[in-house]
Amino acid sequence: MKTTLKITVVLVMLFTIVSCNKKTRRNYQYMPNMYQPVGYEPYQESDAFKGDMEAQLPVDGTIPRGYSLYEIEDTTEGYEEAKAGLESPLDSSAVDYARGKELYDIYCGICHGNKGDGQGTLMKREKILGVPSYDTRELTAGSIYHVIYYGLNSMGSYANFMSEEERWQVVAYVEKLKADLEK
Amino acid sequence: MKHVIYRNLTSNILRLGFILLLTFSTTVLAQEGDPAKGKTLFNTNCAACHKLDKKMTGPALRNVEARLAEDEGLDREWLNKWIRNSSALIKSGDTYANKIWNEYNQTAMNAFPQLSDQDISDILAYTAATPPPPPEDPCIANPNGPNCGGGEPVDTLSNSIILGALALLFGLLAMALVLVNRTLKRFADAKGIAVAESDKGTPIWKAFIQNQFLVLVTSIALLLASGYFVYGYFMQVGVDQGYEPVQPIHYSHRIHAGDNKIDCKYCHSSARVSKTSGIPSLNVCMNCHKSIGEVAAETQLEGQEYGVDYNAEIQKLYKAVGWDETNQKYTGETSPVKWIRIHNLPDFAYFNHSQHVSVAGIECQTCHGPVEEMEIVSQYAPLTMGWCINCHRETNVKIKDNAYYTKIHEQLSKKYGVEQLTAAQMGGLECGKCHY
Repeated sequence: MKTTLKITVVLVMLFTIVSCNKKTRRNYQYMPNMYQPVGYEPYQESDAFKGDMEAQLPVDGTIPRGYSLYEIEDTTEGYEEAKAGLESPLDSSAVDYARGKELYDIYCGICHGNKGDGQGTLMKREKILGVPSYDTRELTAGSIYHVIYYGLNSMGSYANFMSEEERWQVVAYVEKLKADLEK
Repeated sequence: MKHVIYRNLTSNILRLGFILLLTFSTTVLAQEGDPAKGKTLFNTNCAACHKLDKKMTGPALRNVEARLAEDEGLDREWLNKWIRNSSALIKSGDTYANKIWNEYNQTAMNAFPQLSDQDISDILAYTAATPPPPPEDPCIANPNGPNCGGGEPVDTLSNSIILGALALLFGLLAMALVLVNRTLKRFADAKGIAVAESDKGTPIWKAFIQNQFLVLVTSIALLLASGYFVYGYFMQVGVDQGYEPVQPIHYSHRIHAGDNKIDCKYCHSSARVSKTSGIPSLNVCMNCHKSIGEVAAETQLEGQEYGVDYNAEIQKLYKAVGWDETNQKYTGETSPVKWIRIHNLPDFAYFNHSQHVSVAGIECQTCHGPVEEMEIVSQYAPLTMGWCINCHRETNVKIKDNAYYTKIHEQLSKKYGVEQLTAAQMGGLECGKCHY
């Protein structure tokens, strides 16, 4: 009888230890004071800010360092204006097709296809529809940049994915793809 | 003699007539439009802005021709004009054209002069076709089928039946043995035969205690073993390998990165350029989910395997980002999603994503594991210092296309007498690199 009791006690203890080891919970830490930062971490929850988020948009009317303003508006007229007047600040020596391709394949190729023919993976799998091939559209550097910046119809804005210079590199690469398609 | 050609004249004429009839009837059918062709045309030309059953940038198009004819009295002629050049139609002052243009925020529809009459009939035939029934849920017909929530799968069921039967059999055998033993003893008692009792010597544990050498060896072995386990326990404190929290929105990396092959850096774009590989903000989700409000029926079925309703999860996203699906507009009522961070280094260790992702060109999977196969992401690597150091010792510095490293690599590889420098030889083991 005593043995049974002992075995039960051991089993219960083992069970408690095992059930403590939950995958959905973090492990114990030796010195949490050294592990947890005093300053704000990116994406941390904080009641000091609006919406209890540490991540906030820049204050209205300010520009982050190294950024510049894009003053053309997100309207049909704005699109026409960009298409007619906006030109790439990169000269031919600054255009880096290798980097343009790398960025294009990450951000655009998934729908527009790595060749720009509108046959990206999402299009082929019928997740996203109606992506045109570049050679069926009239594009200028300005209109490409404008659409990357604001998006168009179902396409969202890609302004927050890439810096200004990177966007212009992608524009140059898209122009190259369009030229290749039209050959 | 009769000329042979007239012999079957009647049937020949009939046959010819039938062929003629067929030829013309196909033309008539072609005028009707081919829904299959129409689908391809619709997907390439229209689907960027139109869905069949839901508003998108433009109105829903199911049965558009019939609806226009009934409600507005507009015919195919009007539709052709609209599709080929909607802005000209709007400028001409057409009432309904202007009405629909204003209703959709004066968004100009692309002109499609390249579509022929036949193309347009094909597309309209596609919009008028009855929608195919959704693929049947195998669990409705057969709730006990594999991968269904209700009912145990057949395999395990039969296994447990077999195991149960075996257990019963062994139980019966053991009982029979006990019974036989008891009966034999009773016989022996009745006949007066004394069953020879085995000679009881010193019990084994007493003998063990009496042998001091054995006691010593055993206690040393026990001490060493417990030392091993205690060390193991203390070393895993603070290590979160395998940590797998439940996220507020069930996001499947398996579907996004695995099936759809979206690049990791698409959503985690700041991993390229900053210390932190960002948790994507919801506008990144909305880049695609603005037009994907429901998953494909097959995907939804896959979800049952994991006990997830993917469509409900997309609705959670819409609620958080404040997207009104019916009107295709943001309401402005947003609420932050409290994602739970999995990979987290202690504050005293510095780690920079861009250095590893962009400069070293390390694959995300090297540290994060096969995320594209994970339905629920868990921490793959231990993220301990030993693990970092080990990788720095084994990984060669990527000097290709990196003018910044050319000179220092030349000098250092001469100093160490090696062809290829490892990250450790480049200074990747210096304390101050990560702890300051």
